[in-house]
Amino acid sequence: MLDTGELENAKSMSIIVTKGSLDWAYPPFILGTTAAAMDVDVTMFFTFYGLPLLKKDMNLKFTSLGNPAMEMPMMGGHMAMPNMMSMLPGVGSMAGGMMKSLIKKKGVASIPELREAALESDVKMIGCQMTLDLFEYDRKDMIDEMEIGGAATYMEKALKADVNLFI
Amino acid sequence: MADQLLDAKGLNCPLPILKAKKALKGMDSGQVLEIQSTDPGSVADFAAFCNQTGNELMSSGSEGDIYKFEIKKR
Repeated sequence: MLDTGELENAKSMSIIVTKGSLDWAYPPFILGTTAAAMDVDVTMFFTFYGLPLLKKDMNLKFTSLGNPAMEMPMMGGHMAMPNMMSMLPGVGSMAGGMMKSLIKKKGVASIPELREAALESDVKMIGCQMTLDLFEYDRKDMIDEMEIGGAATYMEKALKADVNLFI
Repeated sequence: MADQLLDAKGLNCPLPILKAKKALKGMDSGQVLEIQSTDPGSVADFAAFCNQTGNELMSSGSEGDIYKFEIKKR
């Protein structure tokens, strides 16, 4: 029998994803997957630098440049990275490697793993048409599950949602 | 006695919740899922998860470094 009580209580959430670096990819995917696990209907709208998170082949990068709050745990203490050093060739990829090994060591899910979990739980992923045009992304380089839409597509979801986030 | 055991030891947020949800999906209403975790955050998270989804958190406790939860599927 149809449980109408359940339908009335159905919650929904939208997230605008604007950042696609390794660290910034976490908040939207963690919240999106968790909300879906809590029976929330989730829509993620990927725009500007968030759009690469929908590429079939994700190669996420990380930088400590311009991020004075980043502190890597190191030998019982924490190490921040001065901008002067972060800008040197190779330092970014080294920091990215350190971040990835830390993620693995602490049992934190990888971003591809979280994206897969999101798709499995029917999280709707919308790629921004304007960003595709602007940065000349090819539809066939993006995951098949990506739907394409614009600001109005997002607004239609957001106006009905209980939670709307911009990350 | 639980109908199914989920070993989420060593996994960090939000994996214990995601894996629990997946396990519950394959179970019948009234069946009990036991989850073992090492993530201290999972104590508050499983309470919130059950509160929201209507599954019953029958027990929540710890033995040494391991947190144990029993969830009855709604």
